[in-house]
Amino acid sequence: MKSDIILLGHGSGGKLSHQLLDDVIIPRLSGLPQRDQNDAAVLSHGGRRLAFTTDSYVVDPIFFPGGDIGDLAVNGTVNDLAMSGARPLYLTVGLILEEGLPIADLERVLDSMKAAATAAGVAIVAGDTKVVPRGKADKIFINTAGIGVFDHDLEILGSGARVGDKILVNGTLGDHGMAVLAGREGLDLHSAIQSDTAPLHELVAELIAGVGADLHVLRDPTRGGVATTLKEIALQSNVDLTLEEPALPVGEAVRGACAILGLDPLYVANEGKLLALVAPEAAEQALALMRRHPQGRHAAVIGEVTGASAGKVYLRTAIGGLRAIEMLAGEQLPRIC
Amino acid sequence: MKYLDAFRDGAVARRLVEQLHARVADYAGAMTFMEVCGTHTMAIYQHGIRSLLPPQIRLISGPGCPVCVTPVDYVDHAVALSRLPEVVIATFGDMVRVPGSSSNLQHEQARGASVRIVYSPLDALALAQKQPEKKIVFLGVGFETTAPTIAGSILAAQRQGLTNFFVLGANKTIPIPMAALAADPELQVSGYLCPAHVSAIIGPGAYAPLAEQLGVPCVITGFEPLDMLQGIAMLADQVIEGRPRVETQYSRIVRPEGNPRARDILAQVFAPCDVPWRGIGVIPGSGLCIRDEFAAFDAARRIAVEVEAPREHPGCLCGEILKGKVRPGDCPLFRTACTPENPVGACMVSSEGTCAAEYKYGI
Repeated sequence: MKSDIILLGHGSGGKLSHQLLDDVIIPRLSGLPQRDQNDAAVLSHGGRRLAFTTDSYVVDPIFFPGGDIGDLAVNGTVNDLAMSGARPLYLTVGLILEEGLPIADLERVLDSMKAAATAAGVAIVAGDTKVVPRGKADKIFINTAGIGVFDHDLEILGSGARVGDKILVNGTLGDHGMAVLAGREGLDLHSAIQSDTAPLHELVAELIAGVGADLHVLRDPTRGGVATTLKEIALQSNVDLTLEEPALPVGEAVRGACAILGLDPLYVANEGKLLALVAPEAAEQALALMRRHPQGRHAAVIGEVTGASAGKVYLRTAIGGLRAIEMLAGEQLPRIC
Repeated sequence: MKYLDAFRDGAVARRLVEQLHARVADYAGAMTFMEVCGTHTMAIYQHGIRSLLPPQIRLISGPGCPVCVTPVDYVDHAVALSRLPEVVIATFGDMVRVPGSSSNLQHEQARGASVRIVYSPLDALALAQKQPEKKIVFLGVGFETTAPTIAGSILAAQRQGLTNFFVLGANKTIPIPMAALAADPELQVSGYLCPAHVSAIIGPGAYAPLAEQLGVPCVITGFEPLDMLQGIAMLADQVIEGRPRVETQYSRIVRPEGNPRARDILAQVFAPCDVPWRGIGVIPGSGLCIRDEFAAFDAARRIAVEVEAPREHPGCLCGEILKGKVRPGDCPLFRTACTPENPVGACMVSSEGTCAAEYKYGI
C-alpha cells in the first residue's frame, strides 16, 4: 500500500526518501531530474561558480560517542559542499529549540559548532532561533546552509562515473550509525564505537590537487550508507558497479554490533566518509594520498565500475558468490543525523 | 568476529565448491533442496551461494520465515489492538510493515498508535513494569527459537504479578509443516537444510520421522557460508548414496538432545494446537497456543476488540512461494506492484522473506 501520510521511512535516505523527493517535493519546487541531483547545487554568477547546499539535523541522542548534533551540523554541510569539489567558506545556522531545553546543553552544542567551524575554516555568518512548546520538537533541531567556491574548473558530479573507474572509500564503514545507536537509550552495546563525524574538504582538496580530472565522482555515504549511495551513482551515471566484500573496511566493534542486531554495515550511516570514483590509472595515487591524510588512514579500493548499463550494483562475496546491492528500503535507524 | 571469519574463508569455500562439483558431476538426476529457515534464505542470497552451485542442485525456500507465514487476520487483530488508546504494541521490527487487510502497524503508528520495536519479549516485560497504566501486548510470532523466551516472559510476568502484560500468540513449530511439504508430490523435495537455532532447541530427533518415514535426507546446517556449502554437500552425498538420515553439520551449537530445559518451559506455557499458515492453510498440531492456566496473559482472550474481515490481495503468490512452488520472479506483482517500500505480501516485508531477499540480492 502506498502511504498517504509521512512515514519514518521517508526520512531514511533510502528508497522511500527518493520516492518522496521524486513524486512530491522536486516536481513542485524545481523539477530537477534525478541525474542532476547532487549533494550541493553549483551556481554560476558573474563568471564564477558557487556551491550552495543545506541540511537539517535531528539526531537522537543529541550527544553521542564521538560527537554531538553541533559538530555534525557543521561537518555535514561542509562535506556536502566538499563533495561538489568546492572549498567551503560560509555557513548559516537555524536553531529550533524545545521549551525546557537546558541552556547548558545549548551552550555545549554551540561550543561544539564553533569548534567544528574553526577546525574546518568556515565562518558562521547568519542565523535564526525559534522556540516551540514542549513536546512539539525534541530538544534541538539544527539547520545549516553553506556556500563554497571553486579553486579549479573540474566538474565532479554523480553522473561522472566511467567504466573502469576504481571505487575508493577513505575508511571504515558504519561507525556513525552504530555510535548513535549505541548512545541511544536501551541499547547497551558495551563497545567503544565512536562516530566518524569529520570535515572532509581538506582531503578533497588534496585529491583534486593530486589526481585532478581523474577524480570523477565524490559522494559522502550518510543516511542509507555506502550501498544506497553507490546505487544512486550507478543510476545517475548509467553504469554497473561491483564491490569486493573482502576489501570493505569495517571495524571489529561495528562488525560485531551489526551482526548481533542484524544490520548490514553497507547500509549504516557515515558522517566522515567519502566515496571517490577515480580513473584506474590514478587509483593507486589517490589511495596513497588518502592514506597519508588523517581522515583517510584506513582508505581502501573497494570495487570498480564494471559495465555500462542500467545502474546495477553487485557484490562479489568473500566466498566468491555474486549478489546484487539495492538501495535501503524502509528505515534502518530513524533520526541518525 | 575473528571466529566468524573462519566460516567465511574464501580459499576453503573454493575447495568445498570444487569438491561439490566433482561429487555430483556423474549424478544423472536433479536435486531440489529446501532451506526451511528464513535466516538460511537470507544467508544464501547474501553470500551469493546459488551462483556457486552445480546446475544439478536447485535450492528452494520453505515456510520458515515466521513473519511470512503469519496470516493476514493476525495482522488485522494487532492493528485493531493498536487502535485502543490503552494498548502499547511491542513487537520485533519486521511485523510493523506487514500489510493487513486495510492497514499495517507502521501506518497506525504514524496515525498515533503506540508501537514499540523490541529485540526480546523481556523488553516488552520491562515496558509493562515501567508503564503500569498501559496494556503492553507483545506480538508472539516465531518458531521454537523465540517461543521459549516468550514462555519465559509469561512465567516472569506471572511471578511478578503483572496484570498489564499480554501476548498475542501466533507461535508455530517447524517439523510438522516440513512433513506436510515432503509429502507433496508437486514439490519433490530431495533434501532439507534443517534450521540451525530451532534445532538447537528441538534436537535432531525431531526430524527423524522425515528421514525414516518419508525418506527425505535432513542436514541441520549453520548460517555461515561454509556451513551452508558443507550442509549442501552432505545432502548431496545422502541423495547419491540413497541413504536418507538426519545429520548435524552445525554440531558446534546443536546437541543431540537439543535443549530440554527450553522445551520444558515451552511445554509448561504452550500446548500444541491447529493453526493456519499463510498460503498453506491449517496444519493440525503445528501451532503453540497459550495454555488455559495462562489465559490471563493471552491478549486474544483478555482484550476484547473488533477485527475487520480478512482480505488478501488476490494476485499475491506469497502462499505458493512459501511452499517453494514458485519463485518470486513468477509473481506478476514482483518488482511492479510489490516492492519492499510498498509490499503487497509478507514475503516482501520480512527481512527473511524470499521475495525481499530476491528483490534485494537477486542478480
